[in-house]
Amino acid sequence: MTTYAMPDEKGHFGIYGGRFVPETLMQAVLELGQAYDDAKNDESFQADLTYLLKEYVGRETPLYFAENLTKHANGAKIYLKREDLNHTGAHKINNTVGQALLAVRMGKKKIVAETGAGQHGVATATVCALLNLECVIFMGEEDIKRQQLNVFRMELLGAKVVSVTSGSRTLKDACNEALRYWVSNVTDTHYILGSVMGPHPFPMMVRDFQSVIGKETKQQYNEKFGKNPEAIIACIGGGSNSMGMFYPFVEDSEVKLIGVEAAGHGIDTEQHAASLTKGKPGVLHGALMYLLQDDAGQIQEAHSISAGLDYPGVGPEHSYLKDIGRVQYESITDSEALDALKLLCRLEGIIPALESAHAVAYALKHAQTMSQNESIVVCLSGRGDKDVQTIQANMKEALE
Amino acid sequence: MNRIEKAFHSLKEKNGKAFVPYLMAGDGGLDQLLEQLIFLESCGATAIEIGIPFSDPVADGPAIQEAGIRSLQLGTTLKGVLSAIQTIRPIVSTPLILMTYMNPIYAYGIGSFIHDAVKAGIDGCIIPDLPIEEEELIASHLQDANIELIRLVTLTSPIERIEEIAKKGRGFLYAVTVTGITGARTEFNTSVAEYLKNIKSVSPIPVLAGFGISTPEQVVELGSYCDGVVVGSKIVQFFHEKKLNEIEHLIAASKTADVS
Ligand SMILES: Cc1ncc(COP(=O)(O)O)c(C=O)c1O
Repeated sequence: MTTYAMPDEKGHFGIYGGRFVPETLMQAVLELGQAYDDAKNDESFQADLTYLLKEYVGRETPLYFAENLTKHANGAKIYLKREDLNHTGAHKINNTVGQALLAVRMGKKKIVAETGAGQHGVATATVCALLNLECVIFMGEEDIKRQQLNVFRMELLGAKVVSVTSGSRTLKDACNEALRYWVSNVTDTHYILGSVMGPHPFPMMVRDFQSVIGKETKQQYNEKFGKNPEAIIACIGGGSNSMGMFYPFVEDSEVKLIGVEAAGHGIDTEQHAASLTKGKPGVLHGALMYLLQDDAGQIQEAHSISAGLDYPGVGPEHSYLKDIGRVQYESITDSEALDALKLLCRLEGIIPALESAHAVAYALKHAQTMSQNESIVVCLSGRGDKDVQTIQANMKEALE
Repeated sequence: MNRIEKAFHSLKEKNGKAFVPYLMAGDGGLDQLLEQLIFLESCGATAIEIGIPFSDPVADGPAIQEAGIRSLQLGTTLKGVLSAIQTIRPIVSTPLILMTYMNPIYAYGIGSFIHDAVKAGIDGCIIPDLPIEEEELIASHLQDANIELIRLVTLTSPIERIEEIAKKGRGFLYAVTVTGITGARTEFNTSVAEYLKNIKSVSPIPVLAGFGISTPEQVVELGSYCDGVVVGSKIVQFFHEKKLNEIEHLIAASKTADVS
């Protein structure tokens, strides 16, 4: 691939993306686009961001050679980009730090956000505490049950967590409510969207903030080996850790990029979250993208054991990268992810997030198809502390 | 001339104010639609908005959300609504406007949707998640089919933008009267009068106020600043509670509105 310059001025990635929002939000979305363009080219903004990423978030994160896992897989070398070691335990904070700084720059005093697993909610509540911003988080009732610990964390950090009881009571519905809240409070509130979704400029801006993952990886790997890794693998919910990981490599056609969706109980069942594998293009939450939907265009409920992947859509840029064939999209079931999670615990002493375990699971399969001289980098997007209850419940169920 | 244009034409001759009720198609069963339309027509509706239920209606408050869920549970689809309208169209002469989010249209296929909408005798379309930035997806196709794309302006749209939207406007301009989602409000911001008058001064087409209007007094007051009103959540609620006389009252209020 030669040069890659997406999105266009109106936020389109091919046919995908755009700004499909109610007119009440258009002014805010246009202003945000302008403010982000200004900030991107402003050295002092970039310096503030770099400072916080280093001193507060704890970047850079290690690129760790998982030797035991590699031996076990008996194929390509497996490296882990340790986003789980960030402050708050996942990649989500790379984005929230950037957006919160932007909100301050725009003079907004209040923040609204949606959350699925609670990782984005915690990362948002954290930066709001740091920068003295009022914070409201919408979270599906179902996810609140699955992620009690994160709900408490957000509250401890001073955020107000609002339980969403509409629809499937998960991430999709939390997005609806956050958007409704934003429509009603748009003059003084910034919406910190948690993934590469929503109306332009969000997919581009979140990708840019998350690209620190891929940039560091590229530099770390090249410093050691003087070249790029052969393959990169990341899990896909909305698509932010993967987009941040892939973007700096998109033009490097020798690097195979693989995104891993949640297959839930299996992609041939009704219970999965594999929007790219099984969905069709459509419009939701401000963008045209691949969606799980019925023939009449009603959005279907997604399923995954991991709350962070439980979303029926996927960012517009991934939709585009699928269509042009630059990224390969695969899927991993709940039970495969759980097995990979346990393996990583035992072999490396790392408890990954269930989301990230999907990427690890696919890497184990893929490594076997590659030679021992080749390398895979897996984006270990988060740590699994938040998931131990789910995992425990699941193991008990399996025993019964 | 499109039926919407005609309706506003004759309203102007009578110096009257418009009243456009919104109902949720399929709430209570799609077999109710004919009766509901005939009833609204007999009350003197200028045009009728027919809402298509959607799983994720981000511009709507609880009343319309719940009506949408009830309707979806009964299996309502855009296709089903269009074919129902096609059958009853010869009996109803009031302009009919579809209010639908973009995705049901996108899933239908834009070409097939317009084909079937023409066959059904649809006069206009309101798509709340389609700002002018994205309308090229469908606007010219609708225009070719003589279906008016009704645009919205809001309290957060700067006046230059309102002017731009008004110039593109077809049928009437839908002026959203709250910074928020649909649903009854007890009062409106004092700047709404100013806002509506400003829109009137730049719009070449009629301006209707909508979102939050729920009492006969509000129908009269907000109607006095522009060419009439759209009432949604309250009509949906009254249909659901079978309080048809309340609907009659609301529409009757528009007939007494101060003619400026
Ligand atoms: C640890 C972790 N990884 C991945 C995701 C999925 O989101 P995305 O695809 O935007 O990276 C989440 C979402 O909550 C998460 O918490």
